[in-house]
Amino acid sequence: MLQLLWESRIQAVAVLLFAVGFTTLLLHRNLIKKVIGLNIMDTAAYLFLTSIGYIPGRLSPIVADGVTDMEAYVNPLPAGLVLTGIVVSVSVTAVMLSLTLRLYRRYHTLNLDEIYRLVYAEQEDV
Amino acid sequence: MKKRTFKEWLKQWDQGEFDLDRGEAEALHYRPETQEKDDDSWAHRPVRGLREGEYTLFVKVYPFAALLLASVMIFFFMRTVAELPPFASACTPANQSEVIRRYIENGLTETGAVNIVAGVILDYRAFDTLGESHVLFTAATAVFILMLAGEAEPEDKRTRRILEADTVLSVTARVLFPLIVMFGFYVILCGHLGPGGGFSGGAVIGGGLILCSMAFGPERISRLINMKTYRGVVLCALLFYSIAKCYSFYCGAHHLETVFSPGTPGMIFSAGLILPLNIAVGLVVACTMYGFYSLFTRGTV
Repeated sequence: MLQLLWESRIQAVAVLLFAVGFTTLLLHRNLIKKVIGLNIMDTAAYLFLTSIGYIPGRLSPIVADGVTDMEAYVNPLPAGLVLTGIVVSVSVTAVMLSLTLRLYRRYHTLNLDEIYRLVYAEQEDV
Repeated sequence: MKKRTFKEWLKQWDQGEFDLDRGEAEALHYRPETQEKDDDSWAHRPVRGLREGEYTLFVKVYPFAALLLASVMIFFFMRTVAELPPFASACTPANQSEVIRRYIENGLTETGAVNIVAGVILDYRAFDTLGESHVLFTAATAVFILMLAGEAEPEDKRTRRILEADTVLSVTARVLFPLIVMFGFYVILCGHLGPGGGFSGGAVIGGGLILCSMAFGPERISRLINMKTYRGVVLCALLFYSIAKCYSFYCGAHHLETVFSPGTPGMIFSAGLILPLNIAVGLVVACTMYGFYSLFTRGTV
């Protein structure tokens, strides 16, 4: 199995990066750090996709000197998929940050436990 | 606010109080009803729906459960990665499929774009990119709703005063701003001829606008981009994109000739719809990037 993992090492690194982001997302109580963790997970997905499409010794998919031979260029499809992923990740990050800002304006803290406590205290007061 | 020497700044930076006076920050955020509650009373309080014992158990178990979940996930992912074809091999199904062959071998004649990726995302898969632009637009709308609704926070003038007094920033911005915007337009306009396109060029222009807004104050930019022009530009760009793609899908499905021809690959006015679509996407992205920055710093555009 180690031999097989070494042969697809970039994908294995992408999985490790994904795990780093996932544990950051789960373990930190700070909402900004959770957003950072989610962004690390996105980056791992991009690394995985681009590593699938990479073929050594071939050019980037921009036609040079009119050569339209499949053997000359790397796979153009992962680049398009990564572009979609980047845009979606930017959008999700913006929405999450604005939600975080609203929470901070209301409770003046970014700690999730603290926010839970304040929400509970509010409910008790009513 | 009294002026500080560089040494004092450095000391404050060291203590993590770069932009807030401690006294000012406390005055801003002091809320007597939450501050005066004694701190250990809440620790035993249940969180919504959880009883006291359950909550402390939850706090104790949670990190271990999270780590266990993460390691189980890594294990299964690693097993899957070991099953994948080796890294950087040309003869995998993903790199050999007829779709890829069609994109590379016929892309130049069918779309007219030298940049195959631009041909893929704005011609073969333009519907995907249309959805992508709408995701960005929807996110911008959600951020607008969240930031503009509810009580308005008084604008924090301190950061702005610091930035506007910064000679290095203003001189750098004065030199770099035209170059950044020019490069952004170059990246957008040559998206079908080389690396680039609407998204990257729009992000570059948005970055230039953010730099300008930091250095010279947002009032200057709001002459160019305010709520009204933002709405106008973004809606026109998305509407143009939708109508243009509806037209080409309609013609393509019925095997009709379109008025947009691929043209001579390598010329600036070639590749049919790709150049106008790149411009539309670039405008949406530039306005949205600046809009995000402005909403997060000032609460308005």
